Amino acid sequence: MNFIVLTPIDVAVAGVLVLKALFAAASPWLTAGVCALMILFAGREATARQMRKSAGWWTWSLGTSSMMVASTIVTVFALTVQIAADPWYDPRYAIPLLGMILGNTMNGVSLGLDRLIAGATRERSAIEARLALGEDRGTAMRGVVREAVCSGLIPTINGMAAAGLVSLPGMMTGQILAGVEAVKHQILIMFLIAGGTGLGLVVAVIAGARRLTNDLERLRLDRLAPATE
Amino acid sequence: MPRGYLEVARIARRHAPRPLLSVRRLTRPGLDPADLDLATGECIALRGPSGAGKSLLLRAIADLDPNQGSGALNGEDRSALLAPAWRRQVMYVPTESGWWSERVGAHFDDPGAASELIPRFALPAKALDWPVSRLSTGERARLALARALLRDPRVLLLDEPTSGLDEDATAAVEAELSRCLAAGAAVLMITHDAAQAKRLAHRRLWMQAGRLTETDPKAGAAGP
Repeated sequence: MNFIVLTPIDVAVAGVLVLKALFAAASPWLTAGVCALMILFAGREATARQMRKSAGWWTWSLGTSSMMVASTIVTVFALTVQIAADPWYDPRYAIPLLGMILGNTMNGVSLGLDRLIAGATRERSAIEARLALGEDRGTAMRGVVREAVCSGLIPTINGMAAAGLVSLPGMMTGQILAGVEAVKHQILIMFLIAGGTGLGLVVAVIAGARRLTNDLERLRLDRLAPATE
Repeated sequence: MPRGYLEVARIARRHAPRPLLSVRRLTRPGLDPADLDLATGECIALRGPSGAGKSLLLRAIADLDPNQGSGALNGEDRSALLAPAWRRQVMYVPTESGWWSERVGAHFDDPGAASELIPRFALPAKALDWPVSRLSTGERARLALARALLRDPRVLLLDEPTSGLDEDATAAVEAELSRCLAAGAAVLMITHDAAQAKRLAHRRLWMQAGRLTETDPKAGAAGP
């Protein structure tokens, strides 16, 4: 239940105090530090509500590192190639961009890892049947991996498919009133989000599938913690 | 004279049938170190109470779970092969078969060969078009065995291959296994059916609380 209390507090603290100081300072190290903090926190959130927690730190580190790779690549790409901010790390652009990309990547990675772990547990006998017949782990896990990537992408695909009529009018109104080229930016953001989510999700699910098996081509569900109700 | 004798012994040793599968000090949690030799064309029946570790032994031989110890096929060490290559030759067929597609036929690489083999298991060839969800336990067991046999393994590790089968189906499976043995495969099978062990097996092993022994400890006088 703590998220009901925390959400408004999060938003208030982030909005009022930190951002103002950060934008004023425009320091690369401070910006990098805040970005790192955002990624770590997103990593925690992405793995906090898994149906089945895995033993040890590995889901957390897997979720966090895949999000770090994906969101950093996509954000840096956007800042340098598309937005051409000056300096490129300008926190006025870097922080909100990373925030939007990270927020969506977090959902994708979280859903994907959850489906992967649930799928591997449910399909255990099918996966082991393929391994026992002499197929490699990539082939044995293919169905489960594909399903996990698809579920992780559903929110993003839905969002893009319905963007013009469902979500954009709401998001853009403020910007149109302020006289910005809202549509162009919104479409850019949407593609960045899709890229970040897809990249992070694929990295996380493939790394997760490798973690659930080993180099000797065995299924290692013993690496998961017992199911929690 | 002694020299000639030694020479004969040396030649005889060189030409002694080398076991097809040889397992040494194979162990994992729940399983004491086990040694086992299986010759070409040989069938061993493995019996013992439920939970004694019979399936664990078969899974460890197929290298499906973490285990220690060595295994060799035709003198070639397990560690020299990639796991899929080892498992294609030393194939484990569990009691509860796994299916990854909706249609039975999708589980067979060669539908032509499958439709020839399946009738020998007392099943119609059109079983390949059935959805997996409508298969009975016995049909699943036979189709899983057919799926394994079509990949032409050298050693079959069978976990209760005829549990849940009626007499005719059991006879069909046993006939097919005998044919494989005659063709040079080897079989290590778990069975709870003493009569089946008598019909098929050349040797019998017993598993009790993770220990592999030559005979049933309960048989008492029959033991060595």
